[in-house]
Amino acid sequence: MEDRKRRGHPMKYNWNWGVFWEASPEGTGTYGELLIAGLGWTIVTALCAWILALAIGTTVGVMRTLPSKWANILAACWVELFRNIPILVQLFVWFYVVPELLPKAWGTAIKQMPNAAFVTAVVGLGFATSARVAEQVRAGIQSLPAGQAMAASALGLTLPQAYRHVLLPRAFRVVLPPLTSEFLNLIKNTSVGLTIGLLELTARARSMQEYSAQVFEAFTAATLLYLLLNVVVVSAVRALERRVAIPGQVGT
Amino acid sequence: MPMIEIKDVSKAYGAFQVLRHCTTSVDKGEVVVVCGPSGSGKSTLIKTVNGLEPFQTGNIIVDGVSLADKATDLPKLRARVGMVFQNFELFPHLSIVDNLCLAQQKVLGRDRPAAEAKAHALLARVGLPEQADKFPGQLSGGQQQRVAIARALAMDPIAMLFDEPTSALDPEMVSEVLDVMVALAKEGMTMMVVTHEMGFARKVADRVIFMDKGEIVEDAKKADFFGNTRNPRAQAFLSKILQH
Ligand SMILES: Nc1ncnc2c1ncn2[C@@H]1O[C@H](COP(=O)(O)OP(=O)(O)O)[C@@H](O)[C@H]1O
Ligand SMILES: [Mg+2]
Repeated sequence: MEDRKRRGHPMKYNWNWGVFWEASPEGTGTYGELLIAGLGWTIVTALCAWILALAIGTTVGVMRTLPSKWANILAACWVELFRNIPILVQLFVWFYVVPELLPKAWGTAIKQMPNAAFVTAVVGLGFATSARVAEQVRAGIQSLPAGQAMAASALGLTLPQAYRHVLLPRAFRVVLPPLTSEFLNLIKNTSVGLTIGLLELTARARSMQEYSAQVFEAFTAATLLYLLLNVVVVSAVRALERRVAIPGQVGT
Repeated sequence: MPMIEIKDVSKAYGAFQVLRHCTTSVDKGEVVVVCGPSGSGKSTLIKTVNGLEPFQTGNIIVDGVSLADKATDLPKLRARVGMVFQNFELFPHLSIVDNLCLAQQKVLGRDRPAAEAKAHALLARVGLPEQADKFPGQLSGGQQQRVAIARALAMDPIAMLFDEPTSALDPEMVSEVLDVMVALAKEGMTMMVVTHEMGFARKVADRVIFMDKGEIVEDAKKADFFGNTRNPRAQAFLSKILQH
């Protein structure tokens, strides 16, 4: 408590917004460039994990709505497993435990991957988010009137065709807003990647704070960059929403 | 050989018997109207004909194809039997022309120009030649139901099933849909129609089936049904709906 008070005392703090243009001791450019590189990793990690989460989540969400009992059970287990374990624990399991469980040669190969932290973060975040995407997709499909699937069948469409051309295009429009929040959550969650050495935005802000001691500037910049990212995503989704809006329909 | 043959079909949801030993048939070119009180199993019966509702005992044979046979390719059969629903069930995210083309292309494998040509011809036939590029949400109920009929016809069906096609419509739109159905009947389409529109039945039906509590209580030629139906339950039902 004493310590924090002393360090945070305004009289002792030297504001220096020019710090972003100073060279960082890591020798890879300025502090500003360091943060931008971090932002880059945050974006790339979030996008890759999102693609994985959408692919798995859509499959699992569809499985939860299929007439097959086994598909249902399997999908429900997937959702419960990945939804109920803290994201940090999942990341540690992928990073520290899974390589040990694999055959020795594979485990070593994984540990020696140059971008092991990135790959692990993508897989860990992607799987964890897939459970949440699956629940949204399931809810979206179940919100459609039962007659739609029946009409598709009555025309001779097979079940996969009915999902592909009728049910999923409608369900995704319904769940676009909640999926957007899931994606925004995923962007924020990429910051746990720093615990396994991923040099994303939060990690970069922390190392800037440690080297330069400009804690306020470092985290103000990080905060603004996260907000900017949020604004970009929200406007992109707005544009998408307008593009896929169905003429003659209010809402969905 | 009848086009549709329903032989001793029964179905239950748990202890609740929805269909009890239903037997009837529809010949090629015949128009059969199915009526009866709400909850009597009309929708369930008509949906068993194209395999949308499974049944437990008995058999249904459509154009020689047995539905009780596990090996029957249901999507293939359904592609040949058109169905029109009470709530239209157009696909709201697809334009009218895409609603008509989807199954033609994906199920029948027609190419886009052929599917579109068919779609435009059928839209003209149901009186909606100008609406191809609109979306279902932009049409009235009566227009949507006519599109739904055109969508089913686009598959060149061997028979058409209708499940209360006019009961979700505002009264002033009922006749525009019935007119299309009458024209279809006169062209010789095989039709099984669940409806309470007795005017339609009088005009084009060959036979009328009356259902009650999952049973086919009366299955008679139109003249006999409206002339002197022997069944007291059918009589009571008829006098009730003919009052309106
Ligand atoms: N999935 C279901 N589970 C249980 N009962 C059902 C189900 N579907 C329909 N029923 C019941 O079966 C009966 C017949 O339904 P339906 O065929 O829709 O009658 P109708 O079309 O003549 O009004 C009704 O009593 C209805 O409640
Ligand atoms: Mg009904």
